[in-house]
Amino acid sequence: MSNMPLLTLITFLPAAGAVIIMLFMKKEQTKAIKGFATAVAVLDFLISLPLWFQFDQSEAGFQFVEKVSWIPTIGVSYFVGIDGISVLLVLLTTLTMIVGVVCSYTAIEEREKEYYVCLLLLATGMLGTFIALDIFLFYVFFEVTLVPMYFLIGVWGGPRKLYAAIKFFLYTLFGSVLMLLGILAFYFANFKMGTGTLTFDLVELYGVGPKIPLSLQIWIFLAFFIGFAIKVPMFPFHTWLPDAHVEAPTAGSVILAGILLKMGTYGFVRFALPLLPQASQVFVPFMVLLSIIGIIYGALVAMAQTDIKKLVAYSSVSHLGFVMLGIFALNDQGVLGGQLQMINHGISTGALFLLVGVVYERRHTRLISDYGGLSKVVPVYTVLFAITMLSSIGLPGLNGFVGEFLILIGAFKKSYVYAAFAVIGIVLGAAYMLWLFQRVFFGNLDNPENEKLTDCNTREVLYLLPLIILMFWIGLYPKPFLGRMEASVKKVVKMVNAAEAPQKAALGKMTKLEKR
Amino acid sequence: MIELAWLIPVFPVIGVLINGLFGRHVGEKAGPIASVMAGLSLLVVLGIASQMIFGAGGSHTVPLWTWVEAGSFSASMSFLIDPLSTIMLLVVAGVGFLVHVYAVGYMHGDPGYPRFFTYLNLFMLSMFLLVLGDNYLVMFVGWEGVGLCSYLLIGFWYEKQSASDAGKKAFIVNRIGDAGFLLGMFLIWTLTGSLTYTEVFQAAPEMSAAMASAVGLLLFVGAVGKSAQIPLYVWLPDAMEGPTPVSALIHAATMVTAGVYMVARTSPIYVMGPDAMSVIAIVGALTGLFAASIGLVQNDIKRVLAYSTVSQLGFMFMALGVGAFAAGIFHLMTHAFFKGLLFLGSGSVIHALHHAPEDQQQDMRYMGGLKDKMPVTYWTFLIGAVAIAGVPPLAGFWSKDEILANAFFTGHYTVWIMGTVAAFMTAFYMFRLIFMTFHGEMRVDHHAREHIHESPATMTVPLIILAVLSVIGGVIPGFPPEAGWIHRFLAPSLAKVPAGGHATDQGVHLMNAAAGGGHSGPAVVLLIILAIAVAVGGIALAWHMYVRDTEAPNRLYERFRGLYRLLLEKYYIDEIYQACIVEPTYKLMRGLWTFDAKVVDGAVNGSSLITVISSRFSGIFDLRTVDGAVNGTASFIRFFSQVFKYLQSGMVQNYLFVMLLGIFVMLSAYLFR
Amino acid sequence: MIPMTHFLVLGAILFLIGAAGVLMRRNAIIILLSIELMLNAVNVTFVGFSRHLADMTGQVFGIFVITVAACEAAVGLAILIALNRDRTMVNVDEVNLLKW
Repeated sequence: MSNMPLLTLITFLPAAGAVIIMLFMKKEQTKAIKGFATAVAVLDFLISLPLWFQFDQSEAGFQFVEKVSWIPTIGVSYFVGIDGISVLLVLLTTLTMIVGVVCSYTAIEEREKEYYVCLLLLATGMLGTFIALDIFLFYVFFEVTLVPMYFLIGVWGGPRKLYAAIKFFLYTLFGSVLMLLGILAFYFANFKMGTGTLTFDLVELYGVGPKIPLSLQIWIFLAFFIGFAIKVPMFPFHTWLPDAHVEAPTAGSVILAGILLKMGTYGFVRFALPLLPQASQVFVPFMVLLSIIGIIYGALVAMAQTDIKKLVAYSSVSHLGFVMLGIFALNDQGVLGGQLQMINHGISTGALFLLVGVVYERRHTRLISDYGGLSKVVPVYTVLFAITMLSSIGLPGLNGFVGEFLILIGAFKKSYVYAAFAVIGIVLGAAYMLWLFQRVFFGNLDNPENEKLTDCNTREVLYLLPLIILMFWIGLYPKPFLGRMEASVKKVVKMVNAAEAPQKAALGKMTKLEKR
Repeated sequence: MIELAWLIPVFPVIGVLINGLFGRHVGEKAGPIASVMAGLSLLVVLGIASQMIFGAGGSHTVPLWTWVEAGSFSASMSFLIDPLSTIMLLVVAGVGFLVHVYAVGYMHGDPGYPRFFTYLNLFMLSMFLLVLGDNYLVMFVGWEGVGLCSYLLIGFWYEKQSASDAGKKAFIVNRIGDAGFLLGMFLIWTLTGSLTYTEVFQAAPEMSAAMASAVGLLLFVGAVGKSAQIPLYVWLPDAMEGPTPVSALIHAATMVTAGVYMVARTSPIYVMGPDAMSVIAIVGALTGLFAASIGLVQNDIKRVLAYSTVSQLGFMFMALGVGAFAAGIFHLMTHAFFKGLLFLGSGSVIHALHHAPEDQQQDMRYMGGLKDKMPVTYWTFLIGAVAIAGVPPLAGFWSKDEILANAFFTGHYTVWIMGTVAAFMTAFYMFRLIFMTFHGEMRVDHHAREHIHESPATMTVPLIILAVLSVIGGVIPGFPPEAGWIHRFLAPSLAKVPAGGHATDQGVHLMNAAAGGGHSGPAVVLLIILAIAVAVGGIALAWHMYVRDTEAPNRLYERFRGLYRLLLEKYYIDEIYQACIVEPTYKLMRGLWTFDAKVVDGAVNGSSLITVISSRFSGIFDLRTVDGAVNGTASFIRFFSQVFKYLQSGMVQNYLFVMLLGIFVMLSAYLFR
Repeated sequence: MIPMTHFLVLGAILFLIGAAGVLMRRNAIIILLSIELMLNAVNVTFVGFSRHLADMTGQVFGIFVITVAACEAAVGLAILIALNRDRTMVNVDEVNLLKW
């Protein structure tokens, strides 16, 4: 089993499916296309399950590793593998893909063939991003995801789809180009000061960081920061997100919220922290400040929204502020909480977008004011929405709480001021979500168009059910999730914090230089 | 039996699953199902309690599973059975079961019947978790869970805007408190490395006074939110929008006392932080007095009871603040009996009046003279009122007297005076309520009169049981004062003065004063006589104003119009909050949204605009200058060809003519050279 | 003996009449006839010079020109018939598609 290139298989299966659809299936056979796309997604999820069961929890390093030389002259290799940080993200991606495909059956009515091709290609890009252990390869996959997403928003999106698609594409491209600069700077810094070889191999590059002078680290960190912060998105780089979310089709929003944003936070944990430990430490106050602003600001702006999708989008800004806060608490609890919260956010916000999609498909409006009193006509939908909402506002017993709690406890450990400000976000989170819930589901059913609203059908319940189960599972028994992440997270935290001493020395040198 | 504690929350879970998933098929059977589940939980609780009370007692941990584990942080899902949780379990399961039975009758015919009982079972589950948890995290699960159920049940009639508003308000205000609770938990964890009670309390004596006070105050913020103390009490009066059984169970007997339970549970830390204790005592006394004064003039029967609840919770915190933890828990218990009774009684009245116009059903000015029509309700209500007023030997007297005596003997004279005044007010407004509702002439709407009837047995039986408890629930566990059974039973759970520990002097003093027990001498007798005098005085004044001389209230009103208005409008606190907190938040959020759209996004769009404009400029340059040269050549040629193309007429004769002409010209040139 | 000048003048007059016909008349048949006239004007000149120089080459050229003229008339008439079939007219000023 260990000889089987499992990760490669998981990653490229969707792309292979896309090629088959593209070449061998006729446009008119929409049923066959949908069936095939679903089969590919399900198969992909099934073959990714061994990652869950065969994953060695005690191992902090990379597992399921595959390495093939690709462009040897510049040290690029096809090097993939997973550890505790990425394993859950890979599984979340394959699961979300099933949901994304199934929820599009009736929502997408034109150019269906191209749609499913895009969706499957996107899956390959995202999976590749999470498994790549070669920075160059990572960059390639990171960019690859942009293209299908651009088409998903731009072709199958809402009324301002072109604006949103172009904004999404250019904004994130801008960030990732700077990130590429950072990668190259690190690559050459390694050549000069580190191992002395030209390599993008992450495992070799880990541990090089402390040898790079702090001043250069800071520049590289800034480049990484812009690249990842736009993707996360952190305040103040978040404005592409509401537009993209609002215009994207349901599956696009789900994937965007569930997976694509995680590529940013994942990037911080995988690259920025361990590669640039000292710079990461220097940037803690700055990052925490932005995170906390994001938490409170996102929540307040979410409260002011009149469009449900936009509200959820801004709530993402707030939630990802929590994730970033946890990561930059730089201790076991914070980073673990941040990691878990990435998964949680993928599940609950993904589910929220799915739920919004359900009513949008029926009523073709996302304005809160067009709804009201829905709990009377759609009881099942109301219950599903309520559970998802409660998971999103972090009710204990559901997944959001465990993540938020660990993040806050990590932040508190770092400095009680951080936690004191961040808990404001918890209060505000309840406020905007409950207000939304009240305006949509409570009150009188005064809009006659809502009276004919039909409740969730079996398919909709079926694709929401796994997410709901996960919410309860993580909320009540998060151990299997935390256990898988723990060893790797601890290793990263140790790598960052081990560099503390030289950092202070370097800082001393810096100040001395400045005095001169 | 104790190891079966995990069964207690399991039954409500079953109830939630049955009624929640199959509500439509269950229909009106939902009530009995939920009641049976609550009853089964009660049976388990009774079993455990009898073992705790008649058996060895002590404290037992029932581990279930490791819940959250992250690095050095670990919290398990485990239950703790000790005297304190036993008392709480008895109250929760007992009152909870009675309310379930009562609601079967009260909610009859409501379209949301199964939903109601789903929520009610869910509440029982959360409350059990809150009480049973052996660490702060599990307590927090229950804590938030009861908050959620409170939200759902207050907004049960969600079509009413005011109901869903009240639910939302309750949840958000509670969340503010929860934020404090969370921070308190974090601080505990940073200080002791654990959240499990036993481990935390083992480490508690090592805490400095400042840290203990900080922990205590942060946790108290949570308690202030949940137990409706100043300044976060505002949600509780609004919570009366919920169905009356909910008000009885959640907003009087159990959930709102969670804060009291939590502070009592944390007593080992509180005794280390005297500053926090003082704050609690003062907040409690202020709340007790403040809410009681509002209760004096309210006309909505449930609002009076709501303010009364806030006030009584103030009493409990008063007790905790002066170090009389057992007295606080004792009052919690007796209060659960008589306040549950009063709420259910008011529900019975409202039920009888449900043919009256919507806005008159709960308004005491449209009641009166119900005594003869609803004898059971009247007599049980009267017992409850006497009990809360503090007339011996009913329940309220024993616990309230202990609280005031403790305040006095620990030297908190201000607190004691405020408490005594509040007790006087309590007696007054309760009997004002009785006289306005049950005595005098009937002021009920004429159409509704013939529909007034005594409530069905499912409603009156719980009333009678609670009335019995209100009579005997004080004297049996509480006699003799300060040394009753309940003190001996609770003593192992509550903080003791650590012998030779690091407790501060004031803490030692407090604890000795409170736990010493049996203050003998004439002072005690005097205090008891004073307490009785206050209760009787309040009742007498109410009787004077509302039975003997019914013009008296109007005269008072004419005299103190401003004060009356102030009290009726609840000191305008809601308006002040609206103006100072809610509106600024709205403004802030709108402002930020504009900021986001205009500035943050504006910067993004602006940069794209700049790019577009500069690209236009370079485009124009390219077009005009660089490409212009190329195109210029082409257009030059095109211009002249436009002129010369007319030579090509297509007429062959023209061509020939020109040719001839040419030949002629050439020949001429040749010849005439 | 007719002097050489007469031949040349006659040839020139005939040629000018033919040229004028070609340039000024609109009917293609007339133009064809005028072309024949111009060719024959050349023949007159050839024959005149042949006689004047006592050289038979001019006579041969005359016969040669008559032959070519016959061919030319045949091709020209064929074009005219095709034109007539297409347009039901043989006016050259209306056949001016080949312009600009």
